[in-house]
Amino acid sequence: MTKRLELAAIEPSRSFRSSTQSSAQIISSRLTEALAVFAALVTMIALSLFLSGAVRADEQPSFLSGFTTDKFADTEKAINSLGTSGLPMASAILEALASDRLVFDPETKTLLIRMSEAQVIGAADGQILEDIDVDTLKKVRINNAVRRALDAALGSLTLMSPDPIKRLSAAESAYKTHDPAVLDLLQQAIDKETDAKVKRMQLAAKAAIQALDPQASDADRLSAIEIVKARGDQDALSLLAKVAASSEGSIKTAAESGVTSIRANLALWNNVQNIWYGLSLGSVLLLAAIGLAITFGVMGIINMAHGEMVMIGAYTTYVVQEIIRTKFPALFDYSLLMAVPLAFVVTAIIGMAIERVIIRYLYGRPLETLLATFGLSLVLQQAVRTIFGANNREVGAPSFMAGSFDFGGLVITSGRMWIIVFALMVFGVLQLVLRSTSFGLRMRAVTQNRKMASAMGIDTNRIDALAFGLGSGIAGMAGVALSQIDNVSPNLGQSYIIDSFMVVVFGGVGNLWGTLVGALTLGVANKVLEPFIGAVLGKIVMLIFIIMFIQKRPRGLFALKGRAVEA
Amino acid sequence: MQTSYDLLDRRGIIMLVLLGLFALIVPICALLVPKTSLFFMPPYVVALLGKYLCYALLALALDLVWGYCGILSLGHGAFFALGGYAMGMYLMRQIGTRGVYANAELPDFMVFLNWKELHFTWYGFQHFPYAALMILAVPGLLAFVFGWFAFRSRVTGVYLSIITQAMTYALLLSFFRNDMGFGGNNGLTDFKDILGYSVQSDQTRVALCVLSALALAAGYLLARAIVVSKFGKVLIAIRDAESRTRFLGYRVENFKVIVFTISAMMAGIAGALFVPQVGIINPSEFAPANSIEAVIWVAVGGRGTLVGAALGAILVSFGKTYFTGALPEYWLFALGALFVIVTLFLPKGIIGTLGEMWARHRTSPPKPSDKPSNMPAAAE
Amino acid sequence: MTNVNPTLTNSLLYLDGICVSFDGYKALRGLSLVLAPGEMRAIIGPNGAGKTTMMDIITGKTKPDEGDVYFGGTHDLSTMDEASIAELGIGRKFQKPTVFESHTVEDNILLALKAPRSPLANLFNRTGPEQKTRIEEVLTTTRLKDHRHRLAANLSHGQKQWLEIGMLLAQDPKLLLVDEPVAGMTDAETVTTAELLREIARDHSVVVVEHDMTFVRDLDVKVTVLHEGSVLAEGALDHVSSDPRVIEVYLGR
Repeated sequence: MTKRLELAAIEPSRSFRSSTQSSAQIISSRLTEALAVFAALVTMIALSLFLSGAVRADEQPSFLSGFTTDKFADTEKAINSLGTSGLPMASAILEALASDRLVFDPETKTLLIRMSEAQVIGAADGQILEDIDVDTLKKVRINNAVRRALDAALGSLTLMSPDPIKRLSAAESAYKTHDPAVLDLLQQAIDKETDAKVKRMQLAAKAAIQALDPQASDADRLSAIEIVKARGDQDALSLLAKVAASSEGSIKTAAESGVTSIRANLALWNNVQNIWYGLSLGSVLLLAAIGLAITFGVMGIINMAHGEMVMIGAYTTYVVQEIIRTKFPALFDYSLLMAVPLAFVVTAIIGMAIERVIIRYLYGRPLETLLATFGLSLVLQQAVRTIFGANNREVGAPSFMAGSFDFGGLVITSGRMWIIVFALMVFGVLQLVLRSTSFGLRMRAVTQNRKMASAMGIDTNRIDALAFGLGSGIAGMAGVALSQIDNVSPNLGQSYIIDSFMVVVFGGVGNLWGTLVGALTLGVANKVLEPFIGAVLGKIVMLIFIIMFIQKRPRGLFALKGRAVEA
Repeated sequence: MQTSYDLLDRRGIIMLVLLGLFALIVPICALLVPKTSLFFMPPYVVALLGKYLCYALLALALDLVWGYCGILSLGHGAFFALGGYAMGMYLMRQIGTRGVYANAELPDFMVFLNWKELHFTWYGFQHFPYAALMILAVPGLLAFVFGWFAFRSRVTGVYLSIITQAMTYALLLSFFRNDMGFGGNNGLTDFKDILGYSVQSDQTRVALCVLSALALAAGYLLARAIVVSKFGKVLIAIRDAESRTRFLGYRVENFKVIVFTISAMMAGIAGALFVPQVGIINPSEFAPANSIEAVIWVAVGGRGTLVGAALGAILVSFGKTYFTGALPEYWLFALGALFVIVTLFLPKGIIGTLGEMWARHRTSPPKPSDKPSNMPAAAE
Repeated sequence: MTNVNPTLTNSLLYLDGICVSFDGYKALRGLSLVLAPGEMRAIIGPNGAGKTTMMDIITGKTKPDEGDVYFGGTHDLSTMDEASIAELGIGRKFQKPTVFESHTVEDNILLALKAPRSPLANLFNRTGPEQKTRIEEVLTTTRLKDHRHRLAANLSHGQKQWLEIGMLLAQDPKLLLVDEPVAGMTDAETVTTAELLREIARDHSVVVVEHDMTFVRDLDVKVTVLHEGSVLAEGALDHVSSDPRVIEVYLGR
């Protein structure tokens, strides 16, 4: 709960991004913002003219002295009186307190706000003070009780903020704390509110307060319960449970039925959320495994260096971003788009080189290919470590992949969503390449009957190299996507290689659809198991499941049957 | 290199003689020779050599299944580690009240985790005979159950390799968990006594090192006895043409599961001897890379030769010690290159290639069509 | 199978209505075949007629989707695995010569020799004098006596075929299944092989799958023609080779 609160406080922009505001609304809110800033400035100037000069402790409003006693209880009281004082600087003071910038002079008991290392302003008037020794100032300390009071006070203050994002988050926090004290303020805010989304939230907050209010009329409370019930989130659940516990008669029954329906609803969304996480994990597995499905599944080559291709793809992304950051910062949002083809080309070339230099001597000897490519994976890892160092490299997210949005009861992070889309796109394109290009046709011909294909004039050597390059290139593209969710380090590939093999073997060798179904199934199953037994045990259970599964169906989920397979 | 079916061929005799000499020289050089002498062997060298010998025994076990039966296990490191853990648990129980928390019953990590009583898996490990039984039984049982299912369902070739790798990976993850009761990621360490002797003392170190040499010799004799028997011929037949063997009426899965279990037990013994000499066992011993490294030892020495496997383990481990000391940056390059070079240019390994040259030399002028080979024409 | 079926009880091998399909491709459709004890039978048919699949069914490598497979009138082969079927007394020679390449010729025979097959029995096995005599016999029959210490990998193609037949002999099965024994052989080798098989047929039942018409004629036995997974014609070679349907699908191509 507190964590979510903090998140909302720190990153209000996230929830804002998802709101679908019309441009007119944005313009109007910008206008109000500008007006408000102007108004604040005017007030400040007027105040400073009026008070002329620095405010001393005896001149500042008496309730501010609560901050200077260095006692938590006093601080808390001071916060509460500040919230209702109407002091123009109130919001600034509270924000300073929240960010550890509120200080006081222990001798004069003057409350000050630290603006930078050397600069402070008077808390009551906002005047810059120059004759103060900043080293002697003491910080107003905060404990949990103070923080709670602070959050509530900030909430009520920001309810009227000119910034709709701030208003929304204030309404949200009022809804969560449902402190009856802000009800009047909330009502004023509702009356003035023009933004539909903010208004909805404010009404919900009001309903939350009313539902718990024993003084409110039964009709009001019942309709309030309905509104809260419609929110259907975790806070609504705990609120209605509280209502049910503290009331009687029709209100109690309404609240109780609300609790049941929200519970069922939440459980449902929870499952959906797990499945979504599972699909997300599945798409990562798919990306990592799909290149392997070509090299292992179709060509029968055990490429233990596959994970390193993924890793090199991720490093390619890093290099692309570094160049863009230093040379063309404006293009940063397109860095991944540029990295995808580049990673494909880089890893495909490396893959083809590997095939030409090593693997072609080892066809028909899969166990030896395994050893040689494992050796290669060690070399590639060490090479990357030598060039880039052993530490994790920072790969940033372009703006379209940052943030998240709500979809019903789901929280969907854009990055994950794009990875799913990307994985499916790669899969689709690959299917297309294999099904409807002449390269795909040749490749399938070589896989099915090498001698016959060769007799028909297909250059099997070339096809082998290209196919291996294709598999490696896809691994490289996977690396671009994985750079967004995993640490870009020389060990990146190692963590995916076993999982990828599991996916390919589980799905059925030589069958791309099997790889798709296998990856998504394993991903979802893993995430559905996780809440019950934890991540590590979940992974162990999945491994054991696959080991048993392979023993039951050695050829995987979608196995090819027939004599040809055995040969 | 005609496949020799005598229990002891020339290579075997050389190896046993060398091991015997080693078992004589180490105590002399480490304990009797004065410390200032040129021939003095410092304790860390004794421990290092003992470690190599344990690796050699692991390689021997792996060669028995891979070289002779075509089962490329990427999970032998797991059997090694399980044997090591069984020994580690015995050593932990010997610490008694000398631990940091001075708890007579519980190992330190359990006290630290606030456990009130001994984890049930630890019962009986204070008795050496029980621990010794577990050193054999735990890897053996795992190999038996795993092999029983895998071989019965005819999981072969790379599929088998991959699921053995998954097995060791699953064990790696499990042993990292604190609630497994094996010390989590710190593993077991700070050992004091083994059978009443301090593990730190020079005499114990020498005894353990000599014991490792004897275990390697015994392991070699056992493996050799297996491969020269008709059972061993069936194993080679399975390696070369599994379904042919089946059509002759042999229950391939039973042969495989037996040799796999024996091999796992040998690996367990190697792990058990390894732990008191290095003084620690932790989950990283289960890392899949360790098992693959053991495979490269066998490949370097020459698979299907037993002696070669042991030799390969010692050579590669020595190389690792040298490189990680002198040029740490380049060890992985060297190891990686070794994998590639051996598979491409030296598929029969050192001993296999030497043996072939020797055979050619003896039968000169060689009949070109009659160049015998002990190597599988092509692995699965 | 409640009422007694005289065809079944008198047969050595009894296949009835066998169907097998691989991914929708029907390899066998209602194949039926009866082999009397002591009989030698040649099976011919074009590629894809289902000859090898039939062998796979009999030796337990493939399980039939439908139909009955009985050996000696009582043993249901569709429920047994390869090893048990081999122990019942069915030996098989593969299309491609499959011998144990890194064993000597002698060891190949030794491994095939009728003896306990359990792992423990093999761990403590010592080759007794009667086993040695038997190995001598087989080596003589297959004309490989001079090559006994060579590795099987170094034999010529024809010698490998003979070694494999020798292994079948050593196994002493009641029924031998021989898949294209003369493929890739010289004419002289082919003649010798036909001789060898006739010799074997004196005290074993044999099923031979072959393409080579001269060879089949040399064998001089009853012929079954397979086509698209079922029996097209059956009888003496002259009889079937005059069957217009056989001519159309096979001989007259």
